[in-house]
Amino acid sequence: MSSEKKEREPLFSLKNRKLITAPLGRDNPITVQVLGICSALAVTAKLEPAFVMAISVMAVMGIGNVVIAALRNTIPPRIRIIVQLVVIAALVILVDQVLKAFAYDVSKQLSVFVGLIITNCIIMGRFEAFAMANKVWPSFLDGIGNAWGYGWILIVVAFFRELLGSGTLWGYQLIPNAWYIDNGGFYANNGMMILPPMALITVGVIIWVQRYRTKELIEEN
Amino acid sequence: MKALRNFLDKIKPQFEKGGKFAKLQSTFEAFETFLYVPNRVTLTGSHIRDANDLKRTMALVVLAMIPALLFGMWNVGYQHFLSTAAETGDIWQNFWFGCIRVFPIIVVSYVVGLGTEFVFAQIRGHEVNEGFLVSGMLIPLVMPPDVPLWMVAVATVFAVIFGKEVFGGTGMNILNPALTARAFLFFAYPKNMSGDQVWIAGQGDAVSGATPLGDALASTTTPGSSLTLPDTMDMFYGFMPGSIGETSTLAILIGAVILLFTGMASWRIMLSVFVGGLLMGYIFNWVGANAYMEISPWDHMVMGGFAFGAVFMATDPVTATQSTKGKYIYGFLIGFFAILVRVFNPAYPEGMMLAILLMNVFAPLIDHYVIQANVKKRRKRWAAAQVAA
Repeated sequence: MSSEKKEREPLFSLKNRKLITAPLGRDNPITVQVLGICSALAVTAKLEPAFVMAISVMAVMGIGNVVIAALRNTIPPRIRIIVQLVVIAALVILVDQVLKAFAYDVSKQLSVFVGLIITNCIIMGRFEAFAMANKVWPSFLDGIGNAWGYGWILIVVAFFRELLGSGTLWGYQLIPNAWYIDNGGFYANNGMMILPPMALITVGVIIWVQRYRTKELIEEN
Repeated sequence: MKALRNFLDKIKPQFEKGGKFAKLQSTFEAFETFLYVPNRVTLTGSHIRDANDLKRTMALVVLAMIPALLFGMWNVGYQHFLSTAAETGDIWQNFWFGCIRVFPIIVVSYVVGLGTEFVFAQIRGHEVNEGFLVSGMLIPLVMPPDVPLWMVAVATVFAVIFGKEVFGGTGMNILNPALTARAFLFFAYPKNMSGDQVWIAGQGDAVSGATPLGDALASTTTPGSSLTLPDTMDMFYGFMPGSIGETSTLAILIGAVILLFTGMASWRIMLSVFVGGLLMGYIFNWVGANAYMEISPWDHMVMGGFAFGAVFMATDPVTATQSTKGKYIYGFLIGFFAILVRVFNPAYPEGMMLAILLMNVFAPLIDHYVIQANVKKRRKRWAAAQVAA
């Protein structure tokens, strides 16, 4: 196309860097756009599945955005949703198979939620809003940025839920066994942290802190 | 007294704008108005028809809880000495033992809860509200006597922040804060909030400490077991294990009389809670599929936290419905669901807590429909009058 006449944009120009950094804070998919909440509630009881989930979503979104951006001028607008779904579904199946082959235990824990990446609103949202209208490289950055914005919330939530709910981190016992009531101590794990409502409340607290610090995000009512 | 007033007047300028401790203004204000009647008067027209302010309301409700608290203290000791058969206490020994067990829970609840409120008042720069005076007393009353103090603290913080402050503080909350605290503990630390090991402080080894509700539950889950409840009058007076303030229906009724006499609580809600509970009890009697369903509805009224919830929790003016008709519906459904949850769901022995929290959430909806129905009725009447004219 006509891009050779123009001056080439540097790979990590200010605009491109923004694509990665904005979704981490100001444009965060979970805390600001409130997308992808269901998987954030479901997979964050432990740190490990949350981390694997974040990586999986990142792979699907990064590659998916590249594919859609490359095809964007050839996809007929009327059937674009179906094309997008085919791309996501193919990528999710790939991720699922890779997880089953190399991380079977985690894939068991994530169970249906790997398959449900297909319905993760963030992915469709980025395809529609960004990849359909932008070039390959910025689309890739946007996909990675949004997936990481989603991922770090997942990991923070899972950190608190696993630490307070199970007394472990990444499966390692952090609270000494002697502290527990059953062993004559005083401590007990907070069973409510493992239940989904507490994930919602934890996400809520993150949103609260973010809006307290960035006042522009507060809606007028 | 004069000295105290002088002292307050002396340090007051430091807390005003520009003073050294201007940031702590709301803290100072809270203490000052707690100790002395504020000397501010309304300058323009106002709608107040009673000198009853939030502080006096709260004080009266706390007063109404005192009988239940005193009996609860005595009962904690009584159950303790009953379970350790080796020693028996007289009335003062019982009371003293209970006092030592219960008092720390009250202190923790108040210190932690008020501390959280003060912190929020400082950050947000508004006055400290008196709302926690009642919640702080309700929380100890719905705890098992053996609950670890740090759990009380965690639950209180959770209840004040997520039950109240996120909605905008006193008067804006959707859920009853004291029940939020209890529900939090119930789901977070079920081992310390249910079962047959937590209801008697310093329990003897060979004794089962199950509450009558726990016994009734066991009769449905263990096949072949029969159900023997304590005497109804014993349960009415409160000689049974249970949460600190909820065992004695008699003491709670004394509180109810105080609340109703001073006009603090709605008799409509109280009455309809009991009606709803009795009706559901009779329906279960009529079905009679197992021993639990055949319990007399009147026993349901005196078991567990039913009476306590009906008198002190359901009538919380902030979380209850506001319209007259809505109050009947709200109360009736609380009683109805409380018995339903109790009998049908073996995982949740205390249905009263869940029923009240559920109806707290539905209260605005009930009010909305009551008002809409009224609007519709009046519109129809108006239309009919137009036609006639």
